[in-house]
Amino acid sequence: MDLKLTPQMEAFREEVRGFLAAHRDHYAGGVAGSRPREAALEWQRLLIEQGYAARTIPKAYGGYGAEPDILKTRIIAEEFTRAGAPRGFANQGISMLVPTLLEVGSEEQKTRWIGPTLRGEVVWCQGYSEPGAGSDLASLQTKAVEDGEDFIISGSKIWTSTAAQADMIFCLVRTEPDAAKHDGISYILFPMTTPGIEVRPLKTMTGSAEFNEVFFTDVRVPQSAVVGGRGRGWFVANATLKHERGMLGDPNATEARLHSLIELMKTERVDGERLIDNPVMCDRLMQLQARVMAMKFNGLRLLTASMTGEPAGMAGLVVKLQGCELNHQIAALAIDALGELGVLYEDGPHLRAKGSWQWNYMFDLGLIIGGGTAQIQKNIIAERGLALPREPKLASV
Amino acid sequence: MDFSITPDQRLMQESLARTLADVSGLERVRRFAGDPADKGADVYAALADFGLTGLIIPEEYGGLGLGLLGAALAAEALGAAVAPGPFLGACVLAPLALRLAGSKAQQGEWLPKIAAGQVVAGVAIAEQVAGARDGAGVTASGGKLTGKALFVTDALIADLFIVADQAGGLHLVRGDAAGLTRSAMISIDLTRPLGEVVFAATPAEPLDGGDGALAALRDAGWTLLAADTLGAAQVMIDKAVDYAKERRQFGRVIGSFQAVKHMCAEMIAELEPCRSLVWYAAYAFDDAPDEASLTAAHAKAHTSEVGRFIARTATEVHGGMGITDLLGLHFWFKRIGLNRQLLGGPERVRRLAAQIQGLTA
Repeated sequence: MDLKLTPQMEAFREEVRGFLAAHRDHYAGGVAGSRPREAALEWQRLLIEQGYAARTIPKAYGGYGAEPDILKTRIIAEEFTRAGAPRGFANQGISMLVPTLLEVGSEEQKTRWIGPTLRGEVVWCQGYSEPGAGSDLASLQTKAVEDGEDFIISGSKIWTSTAAQADMIFCLVRTEPDAAKHDGISYILFPMTTPGIEVRPLKTMTGSAEFNEVFFTDVRVPQSAVVGGRGRGWFVANATLKHERGMLGDPNATEARLHSLIELMKTERVDGERLIDNPVMCDRLMQLQARVMAMKFNGLRLLTASMTGEPAGMAGLVVKLQGCELNHQIAALAIDALGELGVLYEDGPHLRAKGSWQWNYMFDLGLIIGGGTAQIQKNIIAERGLALPREPKLASV
Repeated sequence: MDFSITPDQRLMQESLARTLADVSGLERVRRFAGDPADKGADVYAALADFGLTGLIIPEEYGGLGLGLLGAALAAEALGAAVAPGPFLGACVLAPLALRLAGSKAQQGEWLPKIAAGQVVAGVAIAEQVAGARDGAGVTASGGKLTGKALFVTDALIADLFIVADQAGGLHLVRGDAAGLTRSAMISIDLTRPLGEVVFAATPAEPLDGGDGALAALRDAGWTLLAADTLGAAQVMIDKAVDYAKERRQFGRVIGSFQAVKHMCAEMIAELEPCRSLVWYAAYAFDDAPDEASLTAAHAKAHTSEVGRFIARTATEVHGGMGITDLLGLHFWFKRIGLNRQLLGGPERVRRLAAQIQGLTA
């Protein structure tokens, strides 16, 4: 245990801090959004140029081309959080497709897609889940039938976030109907403007449509758009699902949310008493703070493991389960501490934090379910982590 | 930046675990727990031989000079083995009090004897940390102590006591001092005897370190109790998982049922982050003093909550066998139960955690 940083790393931290201070004008107004606007695209280009986004992606593919250095990546994350500056884009194209292409994509696919994706010029959506294939993703039925040089794709996908804004989709389809369940799937890329695609917004309990349903009717896609080989799609997708799960339990984001909750409880008053002075509420806050700390230090442990190349083991397997639940609990306490005010949702004179606590509480329940449900996570922890036997397969139910 | 245990630290922990397996297997623990006359002298001698008694004592006084992280790793191994006899007070808090608040003369007189395992020191700080009950509390006046202290570690066998008075001052009292009487307090956990010590104008020497030393004892105590629970809870999970892989019902091992499998997954998902929290609290004690009190409080309170969940869940995974004396799982259950309450239960510690960081008055 030695958490001190070397002088070189401290200097790097100063460099990031200096950059953020000098460029406050670029991001002060907020630049995020699922369909990047011009200001956001410019910010992203600047970040790539500085090496604060797409840091380890080779220059040839439009990245910054640095050697992987987890510590610097972490310093960047910490300083951006501290400054309240938006990080580089973290959409599904960047966090899931790009690593996949780097791992198994053809040279042509890498050259064509990685650069524009990193710069935010091409927005992707992910076509994995189907109405009949959720936790049992490998049972997916969207079929791709060979027709000359092409596939003809029919079926439907669900939980497709940003499908309405996306230019492209990376999609799992069944290309080998006679092969075993996991061996008949291919990972394929095609434009969302291809004839035969219909996108229907899927409104959730938050009141907005964070997801979509996507319907494919005889969508013609060239076979050359398959990534990683025909019938290899399950393995290609699995390589990147772990990136998604890591992203869903990010302790930096959780810590930032806890700070907002503490501020809320220090400033809001009921009957003249600060919310934090209510012993029950304070006790709940301290319980959550301990959990946030534990996950933060767990993150440092994972960081060390990845720096030394040791397997992260159990400490890594629990992140999605614990991180998503913790975010949800933080939002729950904010609502409870606010009391009646906690139920307000539409803009008005009494609304706090733009209703974001309720929104988070509802949306985060979706994150507990999405990306591998809590129950699937427990199966993974038990089977891969504790070597407990799998549930015996039944012939039919 | 390195958030991990060094190979040397791991080696020390594994070597201690082997020593404990040799000298203090479950049968030895049972004998200790079942016989009040058994003082565990053989176990303590072996642990002194290992160096445990001098773990945090500077080398100039015959110790190993380790930091609190070393002590926490030892506590984890002791909790895992439900090891009987002195450790928290005798091997860590008492020498720490002397190190932080003792004069050169006091250090020179006692630290070598403690390191050599010749002197067992009891620690009486419960009232100042967990609150005073049943009229307990000690006052100091004119070099004499009066009053009573509860939940004193190793009270019946101690040769020496470190005592906190109501003003937060620390004192050193010889076990044979005039007006000192002791009696046992029998808790659920028979592996670590506690007692009540009454002082009637008992001569004492002040340890002049003041409030800072008492707070440090509290932080170290919280961290080590958390580490003990960490070790004990991990063993309970290991035993539950092993049992779930062997025990068959309905023609299958019960670990293949998701109802059982998920209990196991929930236990380890809760415990694994505690490991990082305990490591950090112990590290902070020596290397990041600004964060030490808060992280110690959270380590204590949170690991106690997780420990309780694991103690009952691991017992449930064992079915009816889990609650039998024969299986002996209850030694770990009770160890975790004592760790939770000693030096303050989670609710009290969390209230202090809010005060420590200035969130509440």
